[in-house]
Amino acid sequence: MNIAIFGMMLALVVAVLLPLYRVVKGPTVFDRMMGVGVIGTKAVLLVCLAGFAYQRVDMFIDIAISYAMLNFFGTVVVAKYLDHSGARER
Amino acid sequence: MIPAIATAVGIGLVVAGIAFALIGSIGVLRLPDFYTRIHAASKLDTISLGLCMTGLAILQGPDLNAVKLILIFVFASIANPAAANALGRSAIRAGLEPWSAGRDRKGARR
Repeated sequence: MNIAIFGMMLALVVAVLLPLYRVVKGPTVFDRMMGVGVIGTKAVLLVCLAGFAYQRVDMFIDIAISYAMLNFFGTVVVAKYLDHSGARER
Repeated sequence: MIPAIATAVGIGLVVAGIAFALIGSIGVLRLPDFYTRIHAASKLDTISLGLCMTGLAILQGPDLNAVKLILIFVFASIANPAAANALGRSAIRAGLEPWSAGRDRKGARR
């Protein structure tokens, strides 16, 4: 059971590393924000799986909830900021 | 008998969700412009989070933690498309051209 959960977490780490390229090299600032959002969603999943791996689900789930809300508000706030600052493509 | 079936269904759902997450990451890496990439990111992230949270809630069994896992899924299924919509709209307003047949990957005319 524990080995299976660690295997799933390893696959998720691979799924986090692929959008990291988009965050570092993305041609526009919108690509970077989208990559940050994708990584945040997968981090929520990783935190939940870590709770199952360490048998402390009650503690880790609250961290996951707050991380999901922070991810959403961060993306929306940056999108609104770019909307009002008249940002060109870069 | 019932716990074994629940464990199998839960593990299967979580593995399916992680497969969707990997496919979404490949889409974010490989698709040609911002609008196609945000399409892959928002849809596949939402479905992968939903599958994984449902599977983990089945593994957890009926208690408060399972309810919280389902609540994360409900919140993400509202918030993730809304965030993608806000980002795409601000990209359109900033003048980012969508990729089409006559343009290369950076949006310039060939």
